[in-house]
Amino acid sequence: MAERSFKKEVGQLRIPAGEEFRGEGILAVTKALLQSGVGYVAGYQGSPISHLMDVLADAKDILDELGVHFEASASEATAAATLAASVMYPIRGAVTWKSTVGTNVASDALANLASGGVIGGTLVIIGEDYGEGSSIMQERSHAFAMKSQMWLLDPRPNLESIVQAVEDGFELSEASNTPVMLQMRIRSCHVHGRFITRENRRPAFTLAEALEHPKRDVGRIVLPPASFTHEHEKVRERWPAAVKFIRERKLNEFFDGDFSDIGLILQGGLYNGVIRALQLLGLADSFGNTRIPLYVMNVTYPVIDAEVLEFCETRRAVLLIEEGQPDFIEQNLHAILRRAGCATALAGKDVLPMAGEYTTEVMRDGIQAFLAAHAPHALAPAPTAVASPPQPAAVPLRFHPKIAALATVVPARPAGFCTGCPERPIFAAMKLVEADLGEHHISCDIGCHLFSILPPFNLGATTMGYGLGAASSAAFNVKGGRRSISVMGDGGFWHNGLTSGIGNAVFNKYDGVIVIVDNFYASATGGQDVLSSRADNPNRATNNPIEAAVRGVGVKWLRVIDRTYDVARLRDALEEALTTPEPGPKVIIAQSECMLNRQRRVKPLFNSAVKAGERVVKERFGVDADVCSGDHACIRLSGCPSLTLKDSGDPLKEDPVAHVDSSCVGCGNCGEVADAAVLCPSFYRADIIHNPTRRDRLLARVRGAAIGFLQRRRAARLARCAL
Amino acid sequence: MNRITLHPGTPIRIAILAMGGQGGGVLADWIVEMAERAGWWAQTSSVPGVAQRTGATVYYLELLPESAAQAAGRSPVLAMMPTPGDVDLVVAAELMEAGRAMQRGLVTPDRTTLITSTHRSYAVAEKAAPGNGIADPNKVVDAGRAAAKRLLCFDLQQMAERAGSVISASLFGAIAGANALPFARTAFEQTIREGGVGVEASLRAFAFGFDAAAQAPADVAPIDTSRPPPQVPERAANPQAQALLDAVTRDFPAVAQPMLIAGLRRLIDFQDIAYAAEYLRTLGTLRELDERSGGANDWALTRAAARHVAVAMSYDDVIRVADLKTRGSRFARVRDEVGAKPDQLVYTTEFMHPRLEEICGALPAGLGRQLERSKAFSSFVRRHVEKGRRVRSGTLMGFLALYCAAGMRRFRRGTLRHQVETAHLRDWLARATRIAPADYALAVEVLECRRLIKGYSGTHDRGDRRFTHLMDAADQLLGRADAAATLHRLREAALADEEGQALDAQLAGLLRGPFTPLEETRRPGYAAA
Repeated sequence: MAERSFKKEVGQLRIPAGEEFRGEGILAVTKALLQSGVGYVAGYQGSPISHLMDVLADAKDILDELGVHFEASASEATAAATLAASVMYPIRGAVTWKSTVGTNVASDALANLASGGVIGGTLVIIGEDYGEGSSIMQERSHAFAMKSQMWLLDPRPNLESIVQAVEDGFELSEASNTPVMLQMRIRSCHVHGRFITRENRRPAFTLAEALEHPKRDVGRIVLPPASFTHEHEKVRERWPAAVKFIRERKLNEFFDGDFSDIGLILQGGLYNGVIRALQLLGLADSFGNTRIPLYVMNVTYPVIDAEVLEFCETRRAVLLIEEGQPDFIEQNLHAILRRAGCATALAGKDVLPMAGEYTTEVMRDGIQAFLAAHAPHALAPAPTAVASPPQPAAVPLRFHPKIAALATVVPARPAGFCTGCPERPIFAAMKLVEADLGEHHISCDIGCHLFSILPPFNLGATTMGYGLGAASSAAFNVKGGRRSISVMGDGGFWHNGLTSGIGNAVFNKYDGVIVIVDNFYASATGGQDVLSSRADNPNRATNNPIEAAVRGVGVKWLRVIDRTYDVARLRDALEEALTTPEPGPKVIIAQSECMLNRQRRVKPLFNSAVKAGERVVKERFGVDADVCSGDHACIRLSGCPSLTLKDSGDPLKEDPVAHVDSSCVGCGNCGEVADAAVLCPSFYRADIIHNPTRRDRLLARVRGAAIGFLQRRRAARLARCAL
Repeated sequence: MNRITLHPGTPIRIAILAMGGQGGGVLADWIVEMAERAGWWAQTSSVPGVAQRTGATVYYLELLPESAAQAAGRSPVLAMMPTPGDVDLVVAAELMEAGRAMQRGLVTPDRTTLITSTHRSYAVAEKAAPGNGIADPNKVVDAGRAAAKRLLCFDLQQMAERAGSVISASLFGAIAGANALPFARTAFEQTIREGGVGVEASLRAFAFGFDAAAQAPADVAPIDTSRPPPQVPERAANPQAQALLDAVTRDFPAVAQPMLIAGLRRLIDFQDIAYAAEYLRTLGTLRELDERSGGANDWALTRAAARHVAVAMSYDDVIRVADLKTRGSRFARVRDEVGAKPDQLVYTTEFMHPRLEEICGALPAGLGRQLERSKAFSSFVRRHVEKGRRVRSGTLMGFLALYCAAGMRRFRRGTLRHQVETAHLRDWLARATRIAPADYALAVEVLECRRLIKGYSGTHDRGDRRFTHLMDAADQLLGRADAAATLHRLREAALADEEGQALDAQLAGLLRGPFTPLEETRRPGYAAA
């Protein structure tokens, strides 16, 4: 398990029926899974759904009681393939990952699953990482739902609707023998809200029962001729079944309004923003009462033709609010209206931007433009303005000269390596190598190490996907003056890098250098365990070294650096790897524990040792302000948050000097870099001995007496001529 | 035609801007817990993503009284993200994040209370500049005065540290003290208590924040970024030092005196009184030059020289570093900086990396030069001596090694390094002296360029090279009307980035014709002047 504990959250999974749950969206989904009688859950962690995985990983007791199997999958492809358990057996299964990246990885299994169809309800919970705060390319999962024909739920972002969507999703899946995707937007995952719980349910049919009564049906396997049948089945049987279920169970919602000749059609996930946008136009209140009628698509795929027509036929014009591009739904609605010969005007991306996040401001402007064109009377002040909250100024203050001037001072603040991160020295070493051997082509990977592309390191040319660091250097396997370098993390390595990168490099006799950053966890996603983690995890088999795997696939040139902070050693290993005549891939495994997790693990131990009176030594780094000349070369090779600036305190030194603040964890990077790069002697390491022994104290007294004598002598001499 | 009834009830909109790891989430959770306990609907959302690793992020909250929801008969529908111009309270956990809030349009004069900590957590770009890349904080304060209905600025980070807590607690206190939310102080404090972690320290930090906000002046004062000049003392204990002090007050204009005092102090500390007297003689000559060249109004040349000559004369050699590292005051300062308690022991380890240049530099000039030229010696040093050395300055052996090195100061004037530095100084001052009568402002700039030389080894070499380029540029610019302004721009460019790209670009753009490297432009006579 990860070093972080989710005890409190696990407790929330046990809230008895009929009580109020208050908490985060993604945790509500976790609870809803148990309420739905899910039989197994799998997935691959990543923002914004890591929390779901983390909580279940710590919830073994409750899962055992309910007979629910949980797996942290090797990758999203594994997770999707896990759903195979619901193909022949009436077992509900759920998987989760970050989308669209995870969906890309999973799409092979998903396509096979969707082709054959399912008996047990299957739910794919996708954390749609789109808009502000996203760390991935901006694409839509919608395309996957369309191409494989899986149904896509996008519920209104309140906990009640989300929990309902989980339960409805399973039923919809079973009713239509189709996997269902539940889209959770970033903010919905992290939203704090409330809902009334139901009892957790044991799965009706268990995995053990399935194993005892195995079933097979060639008709469900993607092989000719069944595969051709599947395609027809999708259209003739599963789709109509889904439409019937969605209509009967009223999964989509209609909200009435005063201006009945116009209306808005929107994705469920945008509902709260649309209501606020209407409110800013004086057309709604804080409780969802709106003067403009709404058709809320909690199911965004398939689009229910009949509902669309029902909503449109009595109206002159409707506005579709669909976030992201391409405008799949808008194209679909146009087709529906045209086929039906419906004259209702459909607005959409003509008044709203084609690309980018639909913030409240963007939607307000879009709705305003729509109303101005089709129902200007709606924009006139309401005759009985019961509740008209204060309206923001028409022109935001951003254009005020003093605020515009902020552009010159407010710095960009992208995410970066944490204080004491063991990956920092790897890239410092790489900078030093570049100073010696010149610039190289560097392929990056997904993970914390990707922060090396940002200042102060500015290293790395491309990033092609998780675990694909080495693979994205594959083409550079030609004779040339310089070798290429690729970087991957342990998370990426186990996700697929071992085969896609290392195995591929061995097989194709790739001549470049591959650096594997082994920090004992999948750190970027929240510090989960991976195969090579060092923790003893009672539920998982850890401590499987990357080195053995790399050797196992045939790598001959391998260096393991078991302390990344040894910058000089890393630099030498890199230089050797770049210059050795040895053929084949040159692999360097750089190992040190993720500092964030290490601190979580070590801090409590340290504190309790101090409390117990044990002799413990804490290390911290510092800079002698009078030795530091304020050139900041150390910072340009580090970027550590704890290595900062302060006024020199010396009237002769105008420029601020380097300073290590109290957040320093004593990783040693500053000293090692200052040393390896021959920077300057201003750094010092302070060893603070807590609870010194008698021997320590005695030694300190002796040293103090001798040193103190000499120091006083010299100080007195200086004082004598002081000005 | 109205069938739909719109109900009253407007949620309070709150945005918290913080950096990953600052506890913005904790603060948001506290507000939610407090509001819910008081019978309010509370919603919070955020997009932490990878921002958890020190990036900037926004937490957004909305609070609505439960009674309003009951009156409406429906659960509220609250927004998940802030809308520009539609936020009541903006809390920034760092000064530039307050700036970011304003850039996003979240702060508006008709309704927004802006509470920000004035402390700075410098961005990498600010820290990495070779000179001073720190952004002007008062631009944010200025903008805040214009943008916010009410602006509250204090160093809430320092308050948190003083209380042994984290900034979320002092921010929570400031929100309470500012009366920015309709909850009593006890409700805030109760929330902290129920959190159960570090309660006492958090409550102390809360109280500091509360008091600061409750007593906040309506007019926010600008942040003081000035650097106070040193005081000119009345008397010195040492008669020789007194003589120097008298010379300063007698012979030099008042505007230059503080910096001269700083210079004298540095040089007495660096070498001895005689060395400081040498400095004062050099400055005396420059003062006369200043007067002759018509600078007697503000004495810019004398002031610049007072600073930079002192720095140049107190170059960082092995002796100096060893001296600074072994002082008793330094041992005490380290204890203080690492926050050691009286019953704890502190040992420091120094990271030294002696190079051939340093070793030869510390030797008598003749010998040093000979050895520097000797291939056998340099390869021996590179192989056996030039490596990282960890010196434990708190142990007897480590201390004595450094102490003895520091004791070599009596031989300093005979070392190779001293000879090199002195020649460099003479060359530089000769240039300024030659230029001053023709172009006073350019001469001042020539003196200011000395700021480029700093650091050790490679960094020092780069600074040195750039300095030489600028000196050559000064020669080429002499006679042009905009010479001083141009050299000033070049100096700024030289401090902009480490690789010197900005400088190269400017040099190419500003000087007529392609820039010629220094060897070809150096004419004989300068060094001898």
